[in-house]
Amino acid sequence: MSVREIATEVGQKLEAASGLNATLHWSAGDLRHQAEVVEAMGRSALGGMPVAVKDNIATLGTPTTCGSRILEGYESPFEATVIRRLREAGALIAAKTNLDEFAMGSSTEHSAFGRVLHPIDPARVPGGSSGGSAALVAAGVVPAALGSETGGSVRQPASFCGVVGVKPSYGAVSRYGLVAFGSSLDCVSVFGRTVDDAARVLHTISGHDPLDATSLDRPPVAMPMGRKNFSGLTIGLPEEYFPSDLDSGVRAATDRAVAAIRDLGGKVVPVSLPHSRFAVPTYYIIAPAEASANLARYDGVRYGPSRPDTAVDLRGLYRQTRGRGFGPEVRRRILTGTYVLSSGYYDAYYGKAQRMRSAIAADFQGVFAGGVDLLFTPTTPSTAFKAGEKTDDPVAMYLADIFVCAVNLAGLPGVSVAIGRSEGLPVGGQFIAPYLEDTLMLEAAGVLERNLPATEEVR
Amino acid sequence: MSWETVVGLEVHVQLATRSKMFCGCAAIFGEEPNTNVCPVCLGLPGALPVPNAEAVRLGVRAALALGCTIHGTSIFSRKNYFYPDLPKGYQISQFDRPLATGGQLRIVSPERGEMAVGITRLHLEEDAGKLLHDRFPGMTAVDLNRAGIPLAEIVSEPDMRSPAEARAYLTAMKQVLLYAGISDCSMEQGSLRVDANVSVRRVGETELGTKTEIKNLNSFANVERALEAERDRQIQVLESGGRVTQVTMLYDAAVGQARPMRSKEASHDYRYFPEPDLPPLVLAPVWVEQERAALPELPDAKRVRLGQSYGLSDYDTGVLSSEVALADYFELVVGAGADPKTAANWVMSEVMTGYNETGVFAVQPGRLAALIRLVADGTVSLQAAKKVYLELQGEDDPRVVAKRLGLIQVRDPGALEAWVDEVIAACPAEVTRFRGGEEKLLGFLVGQVMKRSQGKADPKGVQPVLLRRLRG
Repeated sequence: MSVREIATEVGQKLEAASGLNATLHWSAGDLRHQAEVVEAMGRSALGGMPVAVKDNIATLGTPTTCGSRILEGYESPFEATVIRRLREAGALIAAKTNLDEFAMGSSTEHSAFGRVLHPIDPARVPGGSSGGSAALVAAGVVPAALGSETGGSVRQPASFCGVVGVKPSYGAVSRYGLVAFGSSLDCVSVFGRTVDDAARVLHTISGHDPLDATSLDRPPVAMPMGRKNFSGLTIGLPEEYFPSDLDSGVRAATDRAVAAIRDLGGKVVPVSLPHSRFAVPTYYIIAPAEASANLARYDGVRYGPSRPDTAVDLRGLYRQTRGRGFGPEVRRRILTGTYVLSSGYYDAYYGKAQRMRSAIAADFQGVFAGGVDLLFTPTTPSTAFKAGEKTDDPVAMYLADIFVCAVNLAGLPGVSVAIGRSEGLPVGGQFIAPYLEDTLMLEAAGVLERNLPATEEVR
Repeated sequence: MSWETVVGLEVHVQLATRSKMFCGCAAIFGEEPNTNVCPVCLGLPGALPVPNAEAVRLGVRAALALGCTIHGTSIFSRKNYFYPDLPKGYQISQFDRPLATGGQLRIVSPERGEMAVGITRLHLEEDAGKLLHDRFPGMTAVDLNRAGIPLAEIVSEPDMRSPAEARAYLTAMKQVLLYAGISDCSMEQGSLRVDANVSVRRVGETELGTKTEIKNLNSFANVERALEAERDRQIQVLESGGRVTQVTMLYDAAVGQARPMRSKEASHDYRYFPEPDLPPLVLAPVWVEQERAALPELPDAKRVRLGQSYGLSDYDTGVLSSEVALADYFELVVGAGADPKTAANWVMSEVMTGYNETGVFAVQPGRLAALIRLVADGTVSLQAAKKVYLELQGEDDPRVVAKRLGLIQVRDPGALEAWVDEVIAACPAEVTRFRGGEEKLLGFLVGQVMKRSQGKADPKGVQPVLLRRLRG
């Protein structure tokens, strides 16, 4: 297939999938133009592979809105490092995808441009915040997509949608051009139809970037070599991630996956990560604190819509721009973050959360230092929930990330891979690896992917 | 009962880098608004800061020059507040883990003489932009050229006891920063800014009084004036039974008074927290030591050395070391063979006058040394030498110029005798009185000879000839 044919096909698929509301910006003309550029390159690493991109990653030629009214129509004058690397490797940027506003959410219901539908059951959510990217991969529109994680925003929707979601080690992929939410947690992350698709994209976008001071001075994440089994590997099962009230379908799927790991030569051991139960509250202090500063720049002074009533003073300009431009979840987090950093509350909240973050990370380090190569857990406590089910209960929504967000706090790599279905809905299993062992983690995910009938009902 | 004034100063100094603190934009003053900007210093979504190594080096150098302890690990923090000149809604600064702490600056207090003022801390930060209120009628414009320019903030201990001492501190600080090549320290261009904290207390009291902070001080003279006015105000408040309230004030140079800022402008909770976009700033001890070794001689050391090496007075060494260039020039003149004290006198008069006017040295040090030698050996008079100095240019030989100007002193006995004889003939009354015992007329007669020779006669040669003729 020529790159032009690929571009035409992906355009048709995007058109056909428009009911999912997964995309915010794309055009057939732009795809055709990109295809011509890629064809002119001759041979390239990705050879016209279509990759969808979450709309909080800066691209040239299309808007970058973060799913927010406050950036409606905003076009970045520069491109993210990951996008530049994808283009240089011959990828097609297929579409900018819908997301929870500023990546704040777990269901992609908090977009200013409407919710994204689950490809299997339109009444359900695809997870979030990278729900648009997850849905496009799950619907077979693109083989891979970029999302971003601050607290599980790729692994959780990957689990809900039955695709692969990889969150690399913090610092392995440049954040330059990723619109900041919680900078110490934010990671450009990757969805793939398969582990191999995700790994190819991750390999392309990772590696040192002088434009990001937190980027590691390391080569790109190496491709997995197609390991056959788990022999020689010790896989830890952290007891805190298998609570008694775990959804029965999720439990059945993870039990089957653990059995497969054993059958394939893995040594499975129980471990404990006692501080992980504090991961959600810790996350919901640190991420909003950083967000409250990161989102201060949207003040209507330099860019983005600024439509104050006539004759307001400076404070009026700020109040109206931000009050009208941000949705309720974003406002909630800015307020939370401002509160936990304020004078008199800093030590009780932000300071304590930082100490807890260290304790959570130390748990992981201890387990890995004790001879465990990888951890395996369910990715989410349930399968995809119904739209509207948790929108009135922020805490219930936050708990959808209970098994994923400790990994972000610890800066570790994590991957979700489909391990079966429960009542027709995908269940995801998660491998967590030591810092910078991204490739070993992808090897393990590949073994499971090749050996489990992931679209089969487990009960 | 008398009052004691307590002053502490915060100095913001622009580090003399080519580019900004966290991006590659040029750090230049006076360009068209919003021309030196990029996604990073505009705070565009997705842009990230990367520290400028040269700014870090200059900050370290400044801290070393002030005798501070450099911290192997320091941390950038975000200082959060909303203002249109602050593109990200926070300023990247350093808070609880600054680059350096605990130094001192030696100053000469007008009241207390030589003393040390403690330096509490030095930290790195980025500048904000600038609001232009006079560019468009009824509107305020924002110029972000300055946003992201690297600054060092240097905070002193409350060690100064008068407005004049505060000014002496600033003069000494500027000297050190110029010597060490940290900044051009131009208050007009905003590359050196001062905030002053002042309080008063009864003499003998050990607790500090409530302080006020004065901002918008645009010259060292205004710092002194503003502190005097604020000191007087505080004393008046306290003497009339009132209490000083802790406020931030803006100095208005036009009326010579500081007015309190509106509380909204002043009451910020900055919500500092560690900047997650930047890893801790870690400095290798070996590198810091290299920077310490590379520091040039600083004003204090130079003063002491000039005194010891050349036997100059404290006054002379103070003037000569006020600028590196002056001291260097002086040492070159001495190196070319001039007597140090004579060279110092020349540098502090003729040379400094010209240098202050033009910013350059008109006469090469070697030529000035040659001119000084011509005076020493009596070839020209000091008076004549000053005329020669003003005519000297480039490679000119002072002797040739003196000759061209007819300023070489005449010592030929025949020529001197001829002028003496003319004077004796022209002034019979004075000659008679001298011979009659009025010896003080000798000076008058020498002067007449000098006049007749148009200043060319060597005064040392004239006197013996004159005496011989008068008494012979």
